[in-house]
Amino acid sequence: MLPCTGRIDESLLLKAFENGADGVMVIGCLEGDCHYVNGNIRARARVERVYTILEQINIGPERIRMYNLSAGEGAKFAAFTNEFVDQVQELGPSPINLVRGNGLKKSEQEVQAT
Amino acid sequence: MITGTPKPIEEILEMLEPYNNIVVAGCFGCVTVCRVGGDKEVQVLSSTLRLAREAAGKKIEIREVCLERQCDPEYLEPMRPYIEDYQAVLSIACGAGIQFMAEKFGKTPLLPGINTGFLGVTERQGEWTERCQGCGDCVLHLTGGICPVTRCAKSIFHGPCGGSVEGTCEVDKEVKCGWQMIIDRLVSLDQMENYGKLKPYKGWDASRDGGPRRIIREDMV
Ligand code: SF4
Ligand code: SF4
Repeated sequence: MLPCTGRIDESLLLKAFENGADGVMVIGCLEGDCHYVNGNIRARARVERVYTILEQINIGPERIRMYNLSAGEGAKFAAFTNEFVDQVQELGPSPINLVRGNGLKKSEQEVQAT
Repeated sequence: MITGTPKPIEEILEMLEPYNNIVVAGCFGCVTVCRVGGDKEVQVLSSTLRLAREAAGKKIEIREVCLERQCDPEYLEPMRPYIEDYQAVLSIACGAGIQFMAEKFGKTPLLPGINTGFLGVTERQGEWTERCQGCGDCVLHLTGGICPVTRCAKSIFHGPCGGSVEGTCEVDKEVKCGWQMIIDRLVSLDQMENYGKLKPYKGWDASRDGGPRRIIREDMV
């Protein structure tokens, strides 16, 4: 948890993928509602840059997404999270996890190992 | 500052093909300011390369460093103790910094991670434009502070030429005519007499025409 999405930079997002994330969801305050003026707008630009990087290196840009929510929108948060988790599950493990042999069902791992 | 743009990631991956253990070296000088080769860019590029290589089944180890400047010998020295533990250095400083590092560390291949651009200024975040070509014989005092070598597409010295149309240059309608800008500024400074003071021809001997240049300040060496 960060005090403001404005603290996020591209390297933090990429690190999450290096650490084995199959997807990264960035949630900032509503646009126009940032306590630090435009932290969430900057975060969006950085997420978009990472989106392009993931596309270039075939990790899949759909694995990162930014949402804007207010602190009072618990139900929406749950819905967005479910939606994103579904999307990532459909994509399957990231190419990094496939290479590392993570994220596959046991039977699939055995097939890969043979 | 010296500006530059990142090289396409595919091109860098191709250069790195033979290596699996490298240094990615940034510079806290010009390239940090134009957001192409500083500490942050080192981190982002290194992560990108690690991810791309691991996904392709060819992991790469990267040591991330950012030097105060790559164009001064004292800042390169701290790399000497470990440089030969790595197969290559991918530098994202300007071409001068990359070459200087190559000279100092003769046994290590140096690879450029950026395309070095020009001597320029920041118009706004994310936009830089060229101002000086380092001609070695500055005439800005006669030209209203606007460089004819750089701002005129033909680098002519007594413009505007016939290709100047309503203040724009014939090479591109987005480009302002350098000489129209010079004349307008001389008029507004009430210095039109300077136009006549420009040399009948410009000597380019202080510029690139004599090959790579050297400055020796006797009072400093
Ligand atoms: S190495 Fe290049 S980018 Fe770095 S400070 Fe020197 S001139 Fe500027
Ligand atoms: S006249 Fe020469 S030194 Fe002066 S700004 Fe133009 S290119 Fe640079």
